[in-house]
Amino acid sequence: MSGSLEAVRPAGPLQGLRTWWTMLKICLEERLVYRGDFALGTLMRFLPIVTQVFLWTAVFGATSRGDIAGYTRNDIVAYYLLTMLTRAFSSMPGLAAGIARSVRDGSVKKFLIQPVDYVSFLLAARVAHKLVYYAVAAIPFALVFFVCRSYFPPVPDATTIAAFLLSLALSFLLGFFMEVTLGMLGFWFMEVSSIVFGYMLVQYLLSGHMFPIDLLKGTPTGIAGVSLADVVHWLPFEYTAYFSSAVWLGKVKGAQLVSSLAIEAGWVVVMAVACRVAWWRGTRRYSAFGG
Amino acid sequence: MARYFAIFLTFARACLVRDMTFRANFILECLTSLGWMSMNLAFYLLVFTFTSEIGKGTGWSKEPFFAFVATGLIINSVVQAFFMPSAEELTEMVRTGGLDAVLVQPLDAQFLLSMHRVDFSALANGAVGVGLLAWAMARMDHAPPALAWLLYPLLLLCGVAILYGLVIMLAAATILMGRNQSLYDFWFYITNFSRYPAEIYSGPWGGPLRMICTFVIPILLVVNVPARVIAQPFTGELWIGVACAVIAAAVALVVSRLVFQRALARYRSASS
Repeated sequence: MSGSLEAVRPAGPLQGLRTWWTMLKICLEERLVYRGDFALGTLMRFLPIVTQVFLWTAVFGATSRGDIAGYTRNDIVAYYLLTMLTRAFSSMPGLAAGIARSVRDGSVKKFLIQPVDYVSFLLAARVAHKLVYYAVAAIPFALVFFVCRSYFPPVPDATTIAAFLLSLALSFLLGFFMEVTLGMLGFWFMEVSSIVFGYMLVQYLLSGHMFPIDLLKGTPTGIAGVSLADVVHWLPFEYTAYFSSAVWLGKVKGAQLVSSLAIEAGWVVVMAVACRVAWWRGTRRYSAFGG
Repeated sequence: MARYFAIFLTFARACLVRDMTFRANFILECLTSLGWMSMNLAFYLLVFTFTSEIGKGTGWSKEPFFAFVATGLIINSVVQAFFMPSAEELTEMVRTGGLDAVLVQPLDAQFLLSMHRVDFSALANGAVGVGLLAWAMARMDHAPPALAWLLYPLLLLCGVAILYGLVIMLAAATILMGRNQSLYDFWFYITNFSRYPAEIYSGPWGGPLRMICTFVIPILLVVNVPARVIAQPFTGELWIGVACAVIAAAVALVVSRLVFQRALARYRSASS
């Protein structure tokens, strides 16, 4: 089979919607099989935050400063908890590796002849994965957030909440398209696990998962008046963890909030196009033999 | 004992040959491992731009803290290199029935299951740990006494033994449950508590947590005791920590052995 074969498109919008709904239902049922594992895994993921809470409490205890880069000790704890929530939207475990594997073992070829768009199928599967995850993880999340409620500032105004929700939705799309694009590299490289691991390292550091990006405001880049935090602001990574958390905590407001949302939306478009181009060019050079 | 050592050397040699066959992959694994570690070191450096020590009056200022981190790197790299790769394979062996082939061998099953695979790339972090330790020791206000240097390797071994006991108990859980991917995640999350000085666990929540992580799952003794011996002034109180670490290591080895034997006794083959 040659990659020059075009994937057959669904007949019309209604048919396309029906196909998408079927894919979503199948994926939902598949995911619900592992609900127990999901709940246990979710609770365990909070354990590293416990050490971060104690670490930052010790740091604040040893310094006379009331805040570090604009964050009080409570802000830092709330920040780490909120990044857990943001990462629940933007993280896509196994997505890139799964795409690369399907290219390597040839299972991707069915999407070249079936009337199913591969990227749409992946999106449906991931939406299903997330819906199940949220349904199962809601209880552990609610429990942890309730126990830690004293660390959070008062609930922000409706505009901030709307911006927060929008940033979460965009972070899901951004995380999805970034991972899919990465996985598509499998058309050019047989093994992408090292590339994925390298991406994870950069992502973990620059997304704000490890610490609030504001802590980098004093880190020089060699360019006058430009800190490392300024550079990171223009990259896509901080929108997958830091940004939403900072919005809720009121660290990003007004015109900066609008421009940051625009940058995030811009990155979603860029990565969606990159993913489509990678699929289009990848399938053109792809070839598979046998059943 | 000599026979087992010779067999272990054969395993190690075979793994080294395998690693060297795919040299580029081996180098890449070393680099990614070093990348992860460098990121953590960068985070600690960043933290020290905002504070002079971790915890008021704890003595964990920059250099002693990096000696602590180096100690953790050395201990974890030994565990990651010699025990974790084998333990990670156990889940699949139990599920697919591959464990049967191990049980019929004329060798101790625990030895075979926990030491048949060696990941040499994990030792890269340990090598950096030794370098970091040298860097930190050269910059510290006080030089540790000769006794501290004598105790240090022994306490590193105790740390490795405690972690090995934990790995074996998780392996036993795998045999009992058939599959325990979450429990292996639990390993990484629980060892996370050993990454920082015990003093940070204070207050109404931290105090009990510190007690649990010292006397129930003695994870806080793994790095804290050896690091304290060389990075903090050597006082009489340290002997209590040393005794606790030695006892915890012995108990971990014995209890894990008993638990593993009981799990094997309840094992039912999955193969046809």
